[in-house]
Amino acid sequence: MSDAHAPLETLPRSLNILLATALVALAAFPFVGADYYLQMVTRMMILAIFAMSLDLLQGVTGLVSLGHAAYFGVAGYALAFLTPPGEPVSLWWTLPAAVGISALLALIIGFLVVRTHGIYFIMVTMAFAQMVFYVFFDNKALGGSDGIYINFKPEAVLFDLENKKVFYFFTLALMVLVYVFLRRLLWSPFGRALAGIRVNEHRMRALGYGTFSHKLAAFTLAGALAGLAGFLWGAQSGYVNPELMGFHMSAHVIMMVILGGMGNFAGAIVGAFSFEYLLHVFKDLPSVGAFNLGKHWQLWMGLFIVALVILAPRGILGLLATLLKGKEKGHD
Amino acid sequence: MTKTSSSSTSATEVLLRANKVTKNFGGLTAVSEVSVDLCKGQIHAVIGPNGAGKSTLANLLSGDLPTTSGVVSLNGQDITGWTPEKISRHGLGRSYQKTNIFRSFSVWDNVRLSAQSRSQPGPFNPLSWLTEANHMTDVNARAERAIELAGLENRRHALAGAASHGEQRQLEIAMTLATEPQVLLLDEPLAGMGQAEAESMVQLLLRLKPSHAMMLVEHDIDAIFALADQLTVMVNGQVIASGLPAAVRTDASVQAAYLGEDH
Amino acid sequence: MDFVNFLIQLLNSVQYGLLLFMLAAGLTLIFGIMGVVNLAHGSFYMLGAYLAWSLAALTNSFTLAIVIGTLLSVLFGLLLEWLLFRHFYKRDHLDQVLLTFGLIYVFEETRSILWGDDVHGVTIPDALSASIPLTETLSYPVYRLFMSGVCLLLALCLYLLISKTRLGMKIRAGAFNHEMTEALGVNIKLIHALVFAMGVGLATIAGMVAAPVSSVYPNMGSQVLIMCFVVVVIGGIGSVKGALIAALLVGLVDTFGKVLLPQVAGMLVYVLMAIVLLYKPEGLFKN
Repeated sequence: MSDAHAPLETLPRSLNILLATALVALAAFPFVGADYYLQMVTRMMILAIFAMSLDLLQGVTGLVSLGHAAYFGVAGYALAFLTPPGEPVSLWWTLPAAVGISALLALIIGFLVVRTHGIYFIMVTMAFAQMVFYVFFDNKALGGSDGIYINFKPEAVLFDLENKKVFYFFTLALMVLVYVFLRRLLWSPFGRALAGIRVNEHRMRALGYGTFSHKLAAFTLAGALAGLAGFLWGAQSGYVNPELMGFHMSAHVIMMVILGGMGNFAGAIVGAFSFEYLLHVFKDLPSVGAFNLGKHWQLWMGLFIVALVILAPRGILGLLATLLKGKEKGHD
Repeated sequence: MTKTSSSSTSATEVLLRANKVTKNFGGLTAVSEVSVDLCKGQIHAVIGPNGAGKSTLANLLSGDLPTTSGVVSLNGQDITGWTPEKISRHGLGRSYQKTNIFRSFSVWDNVRLSAQSRSQPGPFNPLSWLTEANHMTDVNARAERAIELAGLENRRHALAGAASHGEQRQLEIAMTLATEPQVLLLDEPLAGMGQAEAESMVQLLLRLKPSHAMMLVEHDIDAIFALADQLTVMVNGQVIASGLPAAVRTDASVQAAYLGEDH
Repeated sequence: MDFVNFLIQLLNSVQYGLLLFMLAAGLTLIFGIMGVVNLAHGSFYMLGAYLAWSLAALTNSFTLAIVIGTLLSVLFGLLLEWLLFRHFYKRDHLDQVLLTFGLIYVFEETRSILWGDDVHGVTIPDALSASIPLTETLSYPVYRLFMSGVCLLLALCLYLLISKTRLGMKIRAGAFNHEMTEALGVNIKLIHALVFAMGVGLATIAGMVAAPVSSVYPNMGSQVLIMCFVVVVIGGIGSVKGALIAALLVGLVDTFGKVLLPQVAGMLVYVLMAIVLLYKPEGLFKN
């Protein structure tokens, strides 16, 4: 991975304070925000979990996967198949089951895919994700191109997930849990080994590390966490379709991680929120004369992405970190 | 090939043995039927002009390249065809001609990560995801020893990529030592070093000698004759002379092919 | 399956395979020589199809449409290379993935603005609209044979160019070592521009030639891209020979799969890729 994308593992103090403030704001939001925005922010938090899972693979281990959405979508479908049409299903076994299914799929595909490098890895991850996409798209029994509806949110007994505020806090708690877990992992022996693999895999092998099994473990774990996000997505939206596993979804999550800044997981959260927000902005653009700007949101998104690659490869947090480091140095 | 005097007495242990190792790249033969013994307590130097196949030989022994034919054994065990990581875990350490460090980590982190390879619970073990890497006492102890041996105690917080060339070469060695191997393959450890740095490195290598079996690929003739107990000369992938340094030095074919007018 | 049906499926396999080859050859050359991964490669295929449709409607001549379309697309390719791609040869794959994904969006929307989102047909020119009768009830369209013929001809030209001409030698040298080739006085920038334009050209011609058979519709680029990637992975990056063999293999597996095992047909090609990866993670003919 080039220096342009050298991850920010440690954030400057001021940035950490900023992020902590944002967390407090998120916790307070349901008491001040309207229902519509509650749903939107919940969705952003779900995507943040998805983005953090990819950050483990991409930002920490240096593996660029173009097929990460497969593990996201599969978990949503697992919930759909496990929920009977007439009544809700228990959260406490369906959540681990869905995550387990995503993990298993990631383990199998990972076993085939992790042996490849560079451009090959990018292409085969994309190819296998497309395969999963077509398995669902082409089979009416699996819902086909129409997808499947999930009529009831999972039942938690201890709290009511049908209540939007409750679902919001449940998602927030999971997002924080995943963040704390991944930050811990970053500085664990496994996390340090993954960072070593990213920086110099050849030397890691010469030092005696089994880099294949490390990468496979990272791939599987990332898939499992993507599954967690996918389960929540299915539960929140009540609908799953093959697009959740599609190429666009995989590319969007890469974008989120880059946009925010790779390698520290906070960037993934920032990136997910920013990307979703941008999408809304582009889609809501008004018409100029006869030309409907909002209808062609993909054009603006495309141009934005091109500009991002050329101008800000370390993403938002990268820019902020550079700015804040400059200010901190100026005070010395 | 001329063999000048016997190589090892019956008392010394052969830790690494390469037997008629060959490497073909399509039509090109980079290494041809090379045999080398590395004995504990001895430094076996391999010299030769550029392109002689010395680094390729090192790569074949460490598993970085698969052999076309021939057998390599470590501590009596056949390791031909093993992956580099497996060979490393069985007690072989390798340093590289082209500095092969983790440039974006600090000097300490480079050595610590190297030492960690021996202690880490497997990657699928949740313990390895949740404990603090910097609190592994045995790893830290091993890393500390390696850093002291290489003389980098005062530079441990420096960014590896920003360190001087000499310091990077020292780091290269420290990383290799951190895995506590019994066999050392060192590829041009003195490359690009100034007088004083080269002196320290030679001293370090002499300190390591009694407890390791070492192979040294080098260009620095003076250092070779100060360090080597055994000397092998390679030209165009083949061994043209092998044995005690004093004898090899005066060998006619070696003089003609390599040492020539220089000495 | 009787012989005639087998023959028809075989011809279809070869035709599909050769079409994939046209796309994969460009992709693998661009990967192998410039080290650039281009997700927007499928967009050139789409561009070709839309050009064929609009130019044929404009000029009333399919042949003219193909000629003008090829010229336009090569010029477009050169412009794109000069403006954007050449600055990304040294950037890492992640940047290239992002850039080209952004380009997909830009190309798709531009196409939507210029030509709309409807599905269109392109009529086969009269000279090629006949069918060769095989039995009393079955016949094989001449146009499909024409498609295979065009692809085969271009494949042959590519082979001759790469292995028998001085330009081809320079291209192959550039794939191995840029600095060395440059030091020998070869204008490496020109070589890169030519290879890129060639890749774009091949993809566009494939789209143009396929248009009458596959129709012209918005998603055609992304559908063919993924097959293209599978072909390059199986064949080995940088190997045109590998791309040909892999493309024909994929054509066979996909076509016969759809006929013999329709439920799993969609997955078969990926199973093939998985098997190849298990034994040769760098493809069958890695350079």
